[in-house]
Amino acid sequence: MVPRPFRLRQVRRETHDTFTLELEPADGSDSFCFRAGQFNMLYVFGVGEVPISISGNPTNPHVLMHTTREVGTVTKAMGKLRSGDVVGVRGPFGTPWPVEHAEGADVVIVAGGIGLAPLRPALYHLLAHRDRYGKIVLLYGTRTPGDILYRRELQRWRAQFDLEVHITVDRALSGWRGNVGVVTSLIARAPFDARNTVALVCGPEIMMRFTVLELQRRGVSPSHIYVSLERNMKCGVGMCGHCQLGPFFVCKDGPVFSYNKVQHLLEKREI
Amino acid sequence: MSQSGAEGGKRFVLPASQFQQVFDALKRLGYQIIAPTLLDEAIVYEPVESVDELPAGFTDEQRAGVYRLKRRADKALFGYAVGPRSWKHYLYPPRQRLWQAKRDGNGGFQVIPEQEQIPRYAFVGVRACELAAIAIQDRVFLGEQHHDEYYRRRRENALLVAVNCVYPAGNCFCSSVGTGPRVQEGFDLAITEVLDGKSHFLVIEVGSERGAAVLEGVDVQTATEEQWQQAQQAVDSAARRILKHLDTTDLKELLYRHLDSPHWEAVAKRCLTCSNCTMVCPTCFCHTVEDITNLQGTVAERWRRWDSCFHIDFSYIHGSPVRVSEASRYRQWITHKLASWQDQFGTLGCVGCGRCITWCPVGIDITEEIRALRRSEEGRVAPTVPQEESHANT
Amino acid sequence: MRTLETVLAEHPFFAGLEQRYLQIIVGCASNVVFEKGQIIFREGEEANRFYLIRQGRVALEVHAAGIGTLTIQTLDAGDILGWSWLVPPYRWHFDARAVELTRAIALDGECLRRKCEEDHDLGYELLKRFAEIITQRLQATRLQLLDVYGAEGHISRRGGT
Repeated sequence: MVPRPFRLRQVRRETHDTFTLELEPADGSDSFCFRAGQFNMLYVFGVGEVPISISGNPTNPHVLMHTTREVGTVTKAMGKLRSGDVVGVRGPFGTPWPVEHAEGADVVIVAGGIGLAPLRPALYHLLAHRDRYGKIVLLYGTRTPGDILYRRELQRWRAQFDLEVHITVDRALSGWRGNVGVVTSLIARAPFDARNTVALVCGPEIMMRFTVLELQRRGVSPSHIYVSLERNMKCGVGMCGHCQLGPFFVCKDGPVFSYNKVQHLLEKREI
Repeated sequence: MSQSGAEGGKRFVLPASQFQQVFDALKRLGYQIIAPTLLDEAIVYEPVESVDELPAGFTDEQRAGVYRLKRRADKALFGYAVGPRSWKHYLYPPRQRLWQAKRDGNGGFQVIPEQEQIPRYAFVGVRACELAAIAIQDRVFLGEQHHDEYYRRRRENALLVAVNCVYPAGNCFCSSVGTGPRVQEGFDLAITEVLDGKSHFLVIEVGSERGAAVLEGVDVQTATEEQWQQAQQAVDSAARRILKHLDTTDLKELLYRHLDSPHWEAVAKRCLTCSNCTMVCPTCFCHTVEDITNLQGTVAERWRRWDSCFHIDFSYIHGSPVRVSEASRYRQWITHKLASWQDQFGTLGCVGCGRCITWCPVGIDITEEIRALRRSEEGRVAPTVPQEESHANT
Repeated sequence: MRTLETVLAEHPFFAGLEQRYLQIIVGCASNVVFEKGQIIFREGEEANRFYLIRQGRVALEVHAAGIGTLTIQTLDAGDILGWSWLVPPYRWHFDARAVELTRAIALDGECLRRKCEEDHDLGYELLKRFAEIITQRLQATRLQLLDVYGAEGHISRRGGT
């Protein structure tokens, strides 16, 4: 599995420490097909390779988008790339969000921090097939107002009548007129029919655990709650062993899991 | 070979003194022979040219944390068990370049897939447990969804000359996990060495057409019933001399029940997390990758090398590893090997070769740890296994 | 025109409360409106009320030199504002400010405390309801305290290594 070179069309700053890469194949081929929730291994020449979720539109295979945060050697090097530069891409890997399975139901998307990035493709899919779903609710929490991703797009979505968007931040300086409080506090009053809802959750693991508890309090069945998990990954194809979580290889059995499949594992320490 | 032709399943006999003929045949067919030989006071698998390089007249004493070579009273060619190296060194090398990339001066780079000259290996002296280990790694690297080209290229041309174990070592427990000591399948040729004081000969079974092709031009005779029985008895008596035992009853359930066991803390007091057990294990497959460049930064390479779940950074995700404590890392290793491996690949990840016990610097014994877990349950009410909720039909 | 009693009865906080208790509580209740930006109460002041927010948004703020004014939580329609009236020394711990035009029902804490002392069954009913809200706020505060989106709590596939 060797990387395919992709050329950077554009680097877009999202927040002070996040950015979105817009890529197209450097070899002239014209499309990259993926399903919402999958990830790629992105390689920066000579520096290394990291798994990063695809954050673009699955119904537009001509641009490959990845939103990431500058936290390690590879992503910091990625942040220094300019349009025209080339990165290596292996993928797509992993299981998708169950958007087909959710047809006919309300869909509540709970995102924390940069966890919105892997969920954005699911939103694109839901909106592209709007008539197949009941209510669609996006609950999004970040640390501060400055950490909110995709601001313009969120504004556009908020103005739409067929999509409920609620944003909250953990803390804010005065001047922020929006909600302050953890993302889980939005769940109790969000408008969805808990008995017929599929929930898609992505964010830090602790946030996801609290979110699931709150969804269950509302009456959402654990088998209708899906989470996207995070583990160390080197290969993406279940051979390097790093991403094991009990019997699962998160890279190929995940990253998207139905919560009742992994609940007992997430409750164990250091597994 | 005699005109009768060597067909699959047929049994032949060759005087031990003529074994070089097999080596010569392998070389004529273009194989590179890898066989047991003495190196650094251990018996390891290395490229050899001649039968003289086999550790004839040596055996190995193995106990928990102990490996020692000893002279034998006879000149047996295969009178020992397995050493620190396994065949994965050749099928799945400790370090492997995966590809290179060259800058094109245009902000881009070109990826150059690895062009390898891989020898056609003939592995001579593959034990039953090791055949099982190779079959297990086949499942890992040649899966339905993804397969590893580097492994496949090595594996598909490798010829396996198996050897039945007649002198098991102190840590062998293949009979507990059903892999040995008798080779059953997956070999091209299988040898049983018979030394009865008067004569010294090899009974050779043919397991494939490739194996049969090797015996063309080797002066083998069809084995007599008596010779075959002698070979059988040698292996039977080996089976009786295997004393170590692993109780595999409900092993998966046992380990899954004990994820929170205080026993892991007890093991952690002894375990050095040195990763020796994973390096010598013939089935352990975990690896990491390394990216390097030349000094000018114009050529980059991707290498993979063996890694171990005992290393603290193995499970690192930004901020911290998932498995920080020694206890959690030991639990991961043994639970993977004996429980989750079954969920992942449909087999145990352990073949009973005993290497992890021998080469553990503090002598931690996988069979003893399982025994300790079972003991911890004795005298308690049998734990209830969670049942799937049944749906009432009324 | 909806009476204060029906409004209270429909509020989730009082759901299932006996009629006779509701009548007692109505005796301690009044309608209030806060203009956008208006301070509802200030840190350190005597806490003698709590509010059921019917409409609008209230920010709980804390001010510190060098940091400025930090909003630690916002409360919306349906939320309860304030429990310092329940426990001595009956002082507010934060500032509360209406972020937008806010309508609420104010409940007189002193009046309620007196009635709860007289009728412990009522006291227990109210305390159960407050205990649930305080627990929720505590859990949310703990989650907030974990600062899960901070650099340390974060994750590689969404953040990289």
